[in-house]
Amino acid sequence: MKKNLQRLDLIFKNEHDTEVILRKTIGRKCDDVINDLISSGLKGRGGAGFPTGLKWKLAAEANQPDKFVICNADEGEPGTFKDREILSSVPHKVLTGMAVCAHIIGAKKGFIYLRGEYKFLKPSLQKVIDDFHVLLDDLKIDLRVAIFLGSGAYICGEESALFESMEGKRGEPRNKPPFPTDFGYKGQPTVINNVETLAHTYSILKYGPDKFKDLGVQDSRGSKVFSVSGDTPIPGIYELEFGMSLQKFVDDFGDGDSKAVQVGGASGFCVPRKKFEKTIIGYQGKLRGTSLPTGGSMMIFNSSRSMYNVLHNYLDFFVEESCGQCTPCRVGTQQLLLGIQAVKKGEQPSSYLDRLLDLAEAMRVTAKCGLGQSVANSFSSIVENFREEMIY
Amino acid sequence: MSDKINLKIDNIAVSIHSGATILEAARKVNIRIPTLCYHEDLCVAGNCRVCVVEQSGSDRLLPSCAMPVAEGMEIHTNSMKVRSARKQIIELLVSEHRADCTRCYKNGKCELQELASEYIIGDNGFIDLVAHKGYTIDNFSPSIIKDDSKCIRCQRCVRTCDQLQSISALTVAHKGEDMKISSFFDKPMFEVVCTNCGQCVNRCPTGALTEKTYLDEVWSALNAEHKHVVVQTAPAVRIALGEALGMPPGEIVTGKMVTALRRLGFSSVLDTDFTADLTIIEEGNELLQRLKKVVKEKDTSVRLPMTTSCSPGWVKFIEHAFPELLPNVSTAKSPQQMFGALAKTYYAQKIGVDPKDMVSVSVMPCTAKKYEADRPEMRSSGYKDVDYVLTTRELALMIKQAGIDFASLPDDEYDSIMGESSGAAVIFGATGGVMEAALRTAYELVTGREVPFNGLNITPVRGMESIREATIKMEKVLPEWDFLEGVELKTCVAHGLSNAKHVMEAVRDGKAEYHFIEIMACPGGCLGGGGQPIPTSPEIRKKRSEAIYREDALKPIRKSHENPEVMHLYEAFLKAPLGKKSHELLHTHYTERNRY
Repeated sequence: MKKNLQRLDLIFKNEHDTEVILRKTIGRKCDDVINDLISSGLKGRGGAGFPTGLKWKLAAEANQPDKFVICNADEGEPGTFKDREILSSVPHKVLTGMAVCAHIIGAKKGFIYLRGEYKFLKPSLQKVIDDFHVLLDDLKIDLRVAIFLGSGAYICGEESALFESMEGKRGEPRNKPPFPTDFGYKGQPTVINNVETLAHTYSILKYGPDKFKDLGVQDSRGSKVFSVSGDTPIPGIYELEFGMSLQKFVDDFGDGDSKAVQVGGASGFCVPRKKFEKTIIGYQGKLRGTSLPTGGSMMIFNSSRSMYNVLHNYLDFFVEESCGQCTPCRVGTQQLLLGIQAVKKGEQPSSYLDRLLDLAEAMRVTAKCGLGQSVANSFSSIVENFREEMIY
Repeated sequence: MSDKINLKIDNIAVSIHSGATILEAARKVNIRIPTLCYHEDLCVAGNCRVCVVEQSGSDRLLPSCAMPVAEGMEIHTNSMKVRSARKQIIELLVSEHRADCTRCYKNGKCELQELASEYIIGDNGFIDLVAHKGYTIDNFSPSIIKDDSKCIRCQRCVRTCDQLQSISALTVAHKGEDMKISSFFDKPMFEVVCTNCGQCVNRCPTGALTEKTYLDEVWSALNAEHKHVVVQTAPAVRIALGEALGMPPGEIVTGKMVTALRRLGFSSVLDTDFTADLTIIEEGNELLQRLKKVVKEKDTSVRLPMTTSCSPGWVKFIEHAFPELLPNVSTAKSPQQMFGALAKTYYAQKIGVDPKDMVSVSVMPCTAKKYEADRPEMRSSGYKDVDYVLTTRELALMIKQAGIDFASLPDDEYDSIMGESSGAAVIFGATGGVMEAALRTAYELVTGREVPFNGLNITPVRGMESIREATIKMEKVLPEWDFLEGVELKTCVAHGLSNAKHVMEAVRDGKAEYHFIEIMACPGGCLGGGGQPIPTSPEIRKKRSEAIYREDALKPIRKSHENPEVMHLYEAFLKAPLGKKSHELLHTHYTERNRY
């Protein structure tokens, strides 16, 4: 008998305690709420893993009159589709999180930056927001939430590019510092959280930080919603406890012939079969090595898949979705793609792959934003682990 | 703000004000960090990544141009990690750049080329991307050539066009591999709001944006039989030409330039300063006429404030951006075009040359002058008034091609009847100069006395402040101008089109009570023009400005209306300011243009 991974039912649990939570929270000291979030260990579920409580604390301490809370629903990472489901089935949990955040930092305006391709969600979401506004008025919470529809650029999921996009400009990442909690949307202090992160705050506020902290492992607390796709008999969305090994994950979701799992989408890492056992899913430790953070995309590949094609596909994506602003990302992505093509065709020697690995490393340390920096993740992990597939 | 930040760069201690960048701190201790997208005149972009440095304890490298200093930082600008990353970035840039350097106009003056040679980019670079993409060259504009195959997407031009000039003719389009610097619907530059100011050309690090050159045409004219080639030189050329020939900024090289032009073979070496003085007479009288009609005759069809019209970038800007304010623009042509019209009429008659055998060349600090000379209305003489316009840079190139050792040349004087000028004309080259020159003349015309400023130096209109205002009270006026008694003449000076836009918005909205506004399209005025030697910076422009005011102070004649050759021109040819001949030759009209 296989021991199944513990599947959880926190995020999607059918519960409607928004009013109770809001009443309770606005009666508490803001610092206490922030401390609850910090002690829960909740980290950003978009993939970067910044401690959520700390983010709110920084924005609360900022000294400008206008502040904003933004829900990042520009779910663009290839292989993720969990935010769509959260916004479809439990949008009120996300809104509750936004309202609490707004109350704590002193924001009167909130936005949901909705991915252009999720336009179909807008009418139902708007209806939930309208009802939510009535509740806010009853509770005398001065907040209005609006939906801002993106136009389909992957880069606009990067928080500062998202602000630029909302300001009517080209979606290009900004220099950091300053960070959003000081200088976000319209140059004002802004908290920007992923859909799932905000939904988790609902559970923490309802059940208390300890319940959340009991789940997961050190530095990776709570549960995580995963988008499982690829060579699996049971694709879909699953809420799982943090800290599982990839072997256990594959045992549950693989088709028995899994040769690799891409953790974290095109910008994540490819883990080959031989490393399944010692790879832990979570924020723990160094990025490279045994522990992998993820926005929730898990793509499973079986032995029928060409990893050259997989990498080619990812690079096609990056070549198109780089904003084009900084040199390493704009030109580097093109060079990586042309480079593996040239090696495959025999126009470049196989040693050219080493040159490309150096390039990927240079991109990782010099690119302006997370997009360019993370191209190396999939590139290096695929080329290093499946080198022969790149050549022959 | 006395809080200082202490850090170490390459083990050298630096103390610098809070908010400074690592790049600024490094420059303070003379450590050069290479840059490409960074430019002193522009906001920080941080997109080329050439200037990355390593911070001890940090995995990722930091862009020194964008990263503020922090207490205790230990920065390394030349570690192996930095060198490797920087070299690869330069290689990436070279791979998307058509590197046919020996055939490039910017050969030897290209910042990417300089970096590539410093880091020894050899044969084993990355795959050539230019070959994969079908680039076209936009060479339809009379002023500017845009060659996307040489573009490294640093966006200096975009920031120049947007921030300095408020034009946004150049903008970023598309993303990823298709990302490029484009215009409205990717139309050619001459069809969009581009004012031809050339500030982008001044700041482009490579050969992607260059001026259109007319060197071959001018050499042909100089070598043609039976052609009389006249040349005029603008005020701001003489204080900047030296920079392009190895001299430091701020050298006055008027005499050497005249000698060089003679050696190049120009038949008559004349001075745009002559027509600058003439412009003051015509424009000054136009201002007084407008004042008379508005103040005395209450004529509501006449518009005030009047703005200057000598900057062709400014003229095209207002034609696009504020067409409703075109009646406010002085109808006086620019000095270049007044000169052109007179060269093929008055001057041709005087020296007995058939105007069809005359070739009129001008040397300008400006790329928009190339466009201005091409405007269809600029044919008052019956011929194209100015045949070819060269920039300061192109003249420097001609001098080099001719093997002339510029620094050792003796001084010489301009030819007469259109070569004499006043100090008032010289200062046309600096922002505020036209205003100062006009006030020197107009005040004296109205009151019979010199302007009440020490040494005729109207300092309130001088300087590099973006928008400057000055008021002169008209007192004890001559009987003819009695309606101006006690009137405070309100003036405004703006340079750079972004500042011009602010001023004109105030005028449009009725929030500005000026009588006379001077506007120059380029930062610093013509001395910072798009045809001037590269590089440009606030420091360089300051030195050029000082040279211009030095030249003014040295001139025996300081006021336009005292230029004897101009006085003779009126007596012998034009008869009176704003007269019939003036209207035929020296005044023009404007055209409303598209908004994109």
